Amino acid sequence: MGAPIRTRALTKRYGDLVAVDVLDLEVRSGEIFGLLGQNGAGKTTTILMLLGLTEPSGGTARVVGFDPARRPLQVKRHVGYLPDAVGFYGDLTGRDNLRYTGRLNGLARDEIEAKIDHVLEQVGLSSRADTPTDTYSRGMLQRLGIADALIKDPDVLILDEPTTSIDPIGVVEILDLLRSLRRDRGMTILLSSHLLGQVQSVCDRVGIFAAGRLIGIGTVAELAERFGDGAAHIEVTFARDQDTEGAPDARASLAAIEHVSTVEQDAATSSWHVSVRPIDQSGAVREAILRAAVEQGLRLTSLRVLEPSLDDIYRTAVAGMSVASVTTEVGA
Amino acid sequence: MTTQAQRAEMNLAGRSAGWRIVARKEFADHVSSARFMVLLLVLGAAAIVPLYFASDTIRSVASQVTDTREAFLALFLVSPSSVPIPNVFNFVGIVAPLLGVAFAFDAINSERTDGTLPRLLSQPIYRDDVVNGKFAAGLAAITLVLLAVVGVISGFGIVRLGIVPSADEVVRLLAWLVLTVLWVSLWLAFGLLLSVAIRRAATAALVGFGVWLLVAIFGQLIISLVAGILAPVANAGSLEEALSLTALSAAIARILPLTLYQEASAVLLNPTVTTVSTPTTVGQWQQWQQQAQGQLLSFDQSALLVWPHIVALVALTAISFAAAYVMFMRQEVRA
Repeated sequence: MGAPIRTRALTKRYGDLVAVDVLDLEVRSGEIFGLLGQNGAGKTTTILMLLGLTEPSGGTARVVGFDPARRPLQVKRHVGYLPDAVGFYGDLTGRDNLRYTGRLNGLARDEIEAKIDHVLEQVGLSSRADTPTDTYSRGMLQRLGIADALIKDPDVLILDEPTTSIDPIGVVEILDLLRSLRRDRGMTILLSSHLLGQVQSVCDRVGIFAAGRLIGIGTVAELAERFGDGAAHIEVTFARDQDTEGAPDARASLAAIEHVSTVEQDAATSSWHVSVRPIDQSGAVREAILRAAVEQGLRLTSLRVLEPSLDDIYRTAVAGMSVASVTTEVGA
Repeated sequence: MTTQAQRAEMNLAGRSAGWRIVARKEFADHVSSARFMVLLLVLGAAAIVPLYFASDTIRSVASQVTDTREAFLALFLVSPSSVPIPNVFNFVGIVAPLLGVAFAFDAINSERTDGTLPRLLSQPIYRDDVVNGKFAAGLAAITLVLLAVVGVISGFGIVRLGIVPSADEVVRLLAWLVLTVLWVSLWLAFGLLLSVAIRRAATAALVGFGVWLLVAIFGQLIISLVAGILAPVANAGSLEEALSLTALSAAIARILPLTLYQEASAVLLNPTVTTVSTPTTVGQWQQWQQQAQGQLLSFDQSALLVWPHIVALVALTAISFAAAYVMFMRQEVRA
């Protein structure tokens, strides 16, 4: 079987508004793919077309080997879906809600009960399974939504904003769950998010969406290299009592390290922002900073790599896109 | 790994069962809901109270009439003389629209506002399964209550008043039940249409109840006003003219589906009602007068008389349902 998700020139128009603009996307078997973009970039519309929940205006899609516009039932049978802002029947318990989904998927009675116990365990909701979902927090509903998508034992899992409105510990748990699903089940996972920072650790590849178009696709590192400023960024903080007299010292010793291109101090937090060029020397520079701190008696309180944020990539990518479109216009 | 053939087979199995699974869940929700309890209480009271007050009248009627064929149906027809309460079939005619709307006004839009619609539609069922299932569940819940009410009235008649129904009466009662279920389903389909077309459940409920008020109370006023202008019977010069104007105003009244239901109910429940239309000529009127003397219609004659009414009600229901259906199919999943 080829790629579980593949689109060719997929387009969706709402009147004059082009929500998804000639999208070519391929998600490989067994990978976790992140669809990233700001709100209104066309992520949810793309997902709805992949599930056959909305008709494309043009182009084709193939999901688990079927065209979702023509054979939506086949697609829905093998694809688990967590909608954006998922909801449940509030007067039913978590277990009852999942049971309904199990029945709609045509599962046998005892099979459903076993599955429910298993997926509730996976998302960590076993203790609240028999209380009405009215009493659940937003984060619990989100986790129940993932359990709901897993009931049918899908080959492909599509999650729309799975980490929004979940607390930081919950995010880590969910990402761990996704990793284990990929590892143990070989599940292909497509997730959308507007927060790259939250999901980049789990995504094998990401696609960046802006105004209905895929403006970049690849691993986070590849995209950072392509759309970032070509530098790695490290944040260094020294103990506060050394700030006043130690500051010139720190600047000099950081700047002296090989591959460090710029050193700036953040006025508010008084931590140092170090840019490293080329990007792949980040590890060596970190070691050098530690060594320098020890040698010069600077008391290091924190040292962390600043991941390129979606905002950064976005800004450069969108800027690049408009430049590109301007040049083509001029060329034509 | 399942083969293509197995998948196709599973798909077929899913197809036939989809609406039933939806209906089962919705029915369970209805039966345990507050509105079901309210409906049971209101209809129960509506059945018992007039019966209680009317039982004396019925008993005296029953003792006078040697042929007790109509006595059982009188339970549904006689209104108490002591208190101003409508009889059972008039009451059901007025309340049924309220029931239909109450059980359907939030069918689709609540799924939308609760965020359950995308989840429901991403399961391997067709979109029509959702509409069909919800319609079937609402109808089943209301039918259950109607059966209970009719059962209570019949039981009261049999046990307390000692009136045993004849076979013909049982058939008439069942036919009336079918007619009433049809009447309810018209309003259920209308409620469903509102739930698809109006995003806010509260607004849909208000519109639904507004239309109900219009039909149940103001409708007859407006219709009689219109009929008074178009067919002023009082100004008629001759009897011929008066008859034709009466026929015209009756036809105008039938624009209201409530009139259709009430006329059909009257005919089905009462074998002495031999006509739903007013005579158009004096000769016809005289002929009907003679025919009607002490004559009872058999059930199939009664059914024949109201056949057009039933067809009209079926058509109205089908139109409402089809409109709800088509609109839902075309709607975007996302709000």
